[in-house]
Amino acid sequence: MVDPLKTGGAQRSALKLLALAVLLALLAALPFIATATGQPAMTSLATRIVILAIAAASLNLALGYCGLVSFGHAAWYGVGGYVVGILWRHHVSGEPLFGFIPGSDQLLVTLPLAILVAGLFSAVLGALSLRTSGVQFIMITLAFAQMLFFFFVALKAYGGDDGLIVRRRNALPFIDTRDGPTFYWVCLAFAVAWFLLMWRIVNSRFGKVLAGIRQSERRMAAIGVATYRYKLVCFIISGMGAGLAGALMANHARFVSPDMLHWTQSGELMIMVILGGAGTLLGPAAGAAVLIGLETQLAAWTEHWQAILGPLLVLMILFTRGGLSGLARLVRGGRND
Amino acid sequence: MPLLIEQALNGLQLGVMLFLLAAGLTLIFGIMGVINLAQGSLYMVGAYAMAAVAAKTGSFWLAAPAGLLAAAVAGMAMEYLVIRKLYARDHLDQVLATFGLILFFNQMTTLIFGRQPLFVEIPDFLEGSVPIVAGVRYPLYRLAIIAVGLATAVGLYVLIARTRLGMLIRAGATNRDMVRALGVDIRLLYTVLFGLGAMLAGLAGVMAGPILSVQVGMGEQVLILTFVVVVIGGVGSIRGAFAGAMIVGIVDTVLRAFLPGLLRQVMMGPEADALAAGLSAMGVYLLMAIVLLVRPKGLLPAHG
Repeated sequence: MVDPLKTGGAQRSALKLLALAVLLALLAALPFIATATGQPAMTSLATRIVILAIAAASLNLALGYCGLVSFGHAAWYGVGGYVVGILWRHHVSGEPLFGFIPGSDQLLVTLPLAILVAGLFSAVLGALSLRTSGVQFIMITLAFAQMLFFFFVALKAYGGDDGLIVRRRNALPFIDTRDGPTFYWVCLAFAVAWFLLMWRIVNSRFGKVLAGIRQSERRMAAIGVATYRYKLVCFIISGMGAGLAGALMANHARFVSPDMLHWTQSGELMIMVILGGAGTLLGPAAGAAVLIGLETQLAAWTEHWQAILGPLLVLMILFTRGGLSGLARLVRGGRND
Repeated sequence: MPLLIEQALNGLQLGVMLFLLAAGLTLIFGIMGVINLAQGSLYMVGAYAMAAVAAKTGSFWLAAPAGLLAAAVAGMAMEYLVIRKLYARDHLDQVLATFGLILFFNQMTTLIFGRQPLFVEIPDFLEGSVPIVAGVRYPLYRLAIIAVGLATAVGLYVLIARTRLGMLIRAGATNRDMVRALGVDIRLLYTVLFGLGAMLAGLAGVMAGPILSVQVGMGEQVLILTFVVVVIGGVGSIRGAFAGAMIVGIVDTVLRAFLPGLLRQVMMGPEADALAAGLSAMGVYLLMAIVLLVRPKGLLPAHG
């Protein structure tokens, strides 16, 4: 697990920075390219990818860097979405939530709240889940996510099964979020900020401890690290990122429903991380782009696209270790390690 | 009181179904170290094969073996083509590959049978209900499910603890390479074992056919409940799976039956029903949380 920004000599890292800058410029210019090539739907697709990249990068912190295989990350993603939906509902009705929390349609209010609430949920359920490890941890995170799924299905006051419509995107001062490209840039800015934060975390002392826990939790404990606390904080940060992504997605789709918390969504987030390469900084973004692109493409061909995606996924796991970069190695004939 | 007995039996019936799935899951995990999400798909395959044969021939005695056979064949094919390559991998790879298998199975089932749920008639000789205690009648078919489930549990215990095959299975779990060095074809053994686990899931599917609607996605609903069973019971332990399945089956059923009534005494009717539905759906997960707080490794863990 080598940081792409830190390998090789100064020249190579300069080249990488340049490549990153070009990539970012291309991403920023994407709405113009979309209009110029007559495919305005591309902006909306790109917004989804950017948002899911945030969620995948968050999961990657837990899964790729710390080795916590969470199969329930859609729960925090959905909770973030529901915070936006519920605040919008109370903003429209004018009735305060629980009698004292007024609703809001301001992104600067809803987004931090979504992150906070997702963090709280992941703190409580994470504290319980982290009492287990290995395969139990996979099962228990899945089960807790399913519990929250049923909670929102039963939450008739906020639409239950049918979900909640957010009629208008949350507002930002001086910025018109209702405009597609503008909202894309807003999401892109959040994504860049989140990836920078991930980069800082991974290269901090805290990040090194997480990597140590992934490699051998017993040894970390032996040298005196209270591993449980590190894992929990990692899990909470990871949940907060997913909450941010969910809140942005609720704004983008202008709709939240229990489907956001469905376990297949958790599975898709994991696939994005693995596809892009777990424990690499930008891997999850690439994974999100490839998976969403592939799904869109396959869905355009056939209604039964999952019958193709499923076997593709199995082949990918069986024959390429480490997702896309593994695939690249396989094509070059290099060694898979 | 009659209602309580009836609901306890319903819980027992859900419990044995969950046990069949959990036993397959935990057997495969405990011995091969593979976590197989597609266990739910094998349950679905069993139910669909049974429903299709029953619709064609009208015979339960043809349909039930067909369901078992289909699940076992699908399971062994799955092991041979995919799972076999996953033994040495970490759980993450296993989860993702079997997740891919679920997508495939669900979509292929939709392709072949369509989205409409299938319905299966209860066979004639199990139609109707019988009195169990004074004033309480209970459907014969559900009693048959309980009987078959309990008999399977006993059979499984005898197979693993008392037969040569069981001895090989236990030996293979302890030290795969040593068993192989002694001249046992361990790959064949694993394939057979996987087929056995698949057949257990298929049996649950066959029995569920007449009382639930056979539809795409039925596997995942029960799969996640099965995970709860396995976590509560202790991963890798058949005894734990049995205890966990019974507890989850009864708690889930009793909550669903009695919570609405209890809540209606303190709240408005429709609100109480909605809240009760939510709470009883969450009930077993809360139970799991409590069990984990007290015993992180489950109630009856496999080793110590």
